[in-house]
Amino acid sequence: MKSLEELKSIRERMHEELKIRYEREEYYQAGSAEGLENGSQYRKHVLVCGGTGCTSSGSQKIREELEAELKRNGLENEICVIKTGCFGLCALGPIMIVYPEGAFYSMVKEEDIPEIVEEHLVKGNVVRHLLYDETVKHGEGILPLQETRFYKKQHRVALRNCGVISPEKIEEYIGTGGYEALGKVLTTMKPQDVIQIILDSGLRGRGGAGFPTGMKWKFAAANEADQKYVCCNADEGDPGAFMDRSVLEGDPHVVLEAMAIAGYAIGASQGYIYVRAEYPIAVERLTIAIGQARACGLLGKDIFGTGFDFNIELRLGAGAFVCGEETALMTSIEGNRGEPRPRPPFPALKGLFQKPTILNNVETLANIPQIILNGAQWFASMGTEKSKGTKVFALGGKVENTGLVEISMGTTLREIVEEIGGGIPHGKKFKAAQTGGPSGGCIPAEHFDVPIDYDNLIAIGSMMGSGGLIVMDEDTCMVDIAKFFLEFTVDESCGKCTPCRVGTRRMLEILEKITNGQGTMEDLDKLEELAEHLKTGSLCALGQTAPNPVLSTLRYFRDEYISHIVDKKCPAGVCKALLSYKIDADKCKGCTLCARTCPNDAITGSVKEPHVINQDKCVKCGACMEKCRFGAIYKE
Amino acid sequence: MLSNKSTVQFHGTKEQEEQLKNVIHELKDEKGALMPILQKAQDIYGYLPIEVQTIISDETGIPLEKIYGVVTFYAQFNLNPKGRYHISVCLGTACYVKGSGDIYNKLMEKLGIVGGECTPDGKFSLDACRCVGACGLAPVMMINDEVYGRLTVDDIDDILAKYE
Repeated sequence: MKSLEELKSIRERMHEELKIRYEREEYYQAGSAEGLENGSQYRKHVLVCGGTGCTSSGSQKIREELEAELKRNGLENEICVIKTGCFGLCALGPIMIVYPEGAFYSMVKEEDIPEIVEEHLVKGNVVRHLLYDETVKHGEGILPLQETRFYKKQHRVALRNCGVISPEKIEEYIGTGGYEALGKVLTTMKPQDVIQIILDSGLRGRGGAGFPTGMKWKFAAANEADQKYVCCNADEGDPGAFMDRSVLEGDPHVVLEAMAIAGYAIGASQGYIYVRAEYPIAVERLTIAIGQARACGLLGKDIFGTGFDFNIELRLGAGAFVCGEETALMTSIEGNRGEPRPRPPFPALKGLFQKPTILNNVETLANIPQIILNGAQWFASMGTEKSKGTKVFALGGKVENTGLVEISMGTTLREIVEEIGGGIPHGKKFKAAQTGGPSGGCIPAEHFDVPIDYDNLIAIGSMMGSGGLIVMDEDTCMVDIAKFFLEFTVDESCGKCTPCRVGTRRMLEILEKITNGQGTMEDLDKLEELAEHLKTGSLCALGQTAPNPVLSTLRYFRDEYISHIVDKKCPAGVCKALLSYKIDADKCKGCTLCARTCPNDAITGSVKEPHVINQDKCVKCGACMEKCRFGAIYKE
Repeated sequence: MLSNKSTVQFHGTKEQEEQLKNVIHELKDEKGALMPILQKAQDIYGYLPIEVQTIISDETGIPLEKIYGVVTFYAQFNLNPKGRYHISVCLGTACYVKGSGDIYNKLMEKLGIVGGECTPDGKFSLDACRCVGACGLAPVMMINDEVYGRLTVDDIDDILAKYE
């Protein structure tokens, strides 16, 4: 790309082509696509989600079947099929949207394809019984997706292109205004002006700690060096968080564009993306995107003829959680064991290969081009006083609508769980939401109405983290959850510093003792004391934040710990050692099925007489309870 | 629960060793070459048993304990071979909350191995993984490239039977 004019001509051409996916207001009003302006060379666009969630539920086969069916009907030149990134509503996958109608088909099966093609794509009648039920309106027409509960409260900035464009076609990204921000920066702005905009926007790092992005850039820009680096942290390791992956899978070019802007701002000509090897689809799309950007001259030498050079290389992780920590990540790129280094010196002074380096998370970068184009004020107008903009959360666990949601900072947990998430399944009661993964904590129902931002979450003992949000109901044992996260940190502790290496293990041992029914009240004091040592003595954030899951559950669910210790009971019925299976003599019909099922011959009784479980022999496998047809077996 | 003992005997061939030595020869003098060597070695053998690490140590002069250190640092490197059907159960938070721990236990019981091991006939191997990102389908497991979602413990027998 030698000039802005060239970019502009592609953008204008693609803008017409993509209009069909955006300008649907008139359709919803008219209830018909007839007579509407359509700049596309195709009559209809069919978008099929190709994100990891939908791919796991079989969207690849759906797409192949659809393409084959279109061919059989001779429609391949009239209707185009586009593989997109994640739509967000992963629980309803595989997902398919047909434009211009915006008809949202969910949980599509292969056998549905002929009907959709025949009725909708050939005859023009939306197949109403296959639509996502919330979009089915009484009478005529359909409800726009944006009006459904899941999407209504969302505000998409970082995810704006996910599920709308093809991530494998650079023209589609350009058609939505892509690379315009890079052009603007290179041709009309000085590096310090770029940094000032980012500073003014109030953007903070979306990877966990929430450090102001503009400050990071400013420090690195101030340090003179023959070489500087821009790194992108795509080593998304928090279990249950997948927003970065969705951006990489759905809109990879936004990351490349933002890195080039960052490179210009700090004076770097080389970038690295460190991405998890566990994300094969993201790696593939990034590889394609980098290739296309190079071919178009949007990466490489003399971008837009301004003399600015910037290149990006991909580096794959090898499965180590600690490599999400900034210094460990750089050590790993250098080819060593991914262990963190003491700071100072900070990476802005001595980072990768001992050169000034900035490291930004994927979601942070995804905001940058929009901030440049729309201005710092636009971004700062969203969110709360100290947390600007939006945040993407991966909503999961015991909630109806699992998936990816982007909300303005300051939205409450209640809005996320009850409105967007559709509440807890099976009428169960909300107990807590876990944010921040192994570094975060559990938020109880009493804080359901706290506006979510960086500072509020820390005040209530959790943290933003990268954005995993796992909902837990009354069947979740909070001691078991704390143990679960400690198992994770014990596994992932790199072993370099003693507080983390030994401390996490000792904490886990105490938790195991408690869940086995052998804990004492003194153990709770020991846990708190150890937690303090870990927080103050560990080298990196992994160890410093490892006690958070324990501390937050101790703070809000201490009674559950006490039940385990004093009453030797697990109130949620999760910890095996504290459970016993019993037979209700009134309900037992003496059918002997349980006795025959028991792997350890722990159940005795005669035919047509109530049976009894020998507690000394019972291994608590629960097989009897599953088999009993009369609901006579219960656990307590 | 993870195991470091190999349940399957090492069957490296002369050709594999030759291939590995060529790779080492090519990469040896590059800065930070150990990781790429290990990645290539794993491509050749499918895993990195102590026998393979010893060859690398002998050829590069890097002490065996350092190699072992790097191999065990990164979860991607395997000390044990994978079975023809590799099962990985997601123990990420979303899946765990929905009961993937029970699925994992059931598989260990059913296959008679613990996580990280392979059945002696080389058919099934089992691992826990952190998050495959299919949280909407939780709980999830994968057998090779096939994803099984919305699982219950009762589904396990039928699924394994498909691979008999």
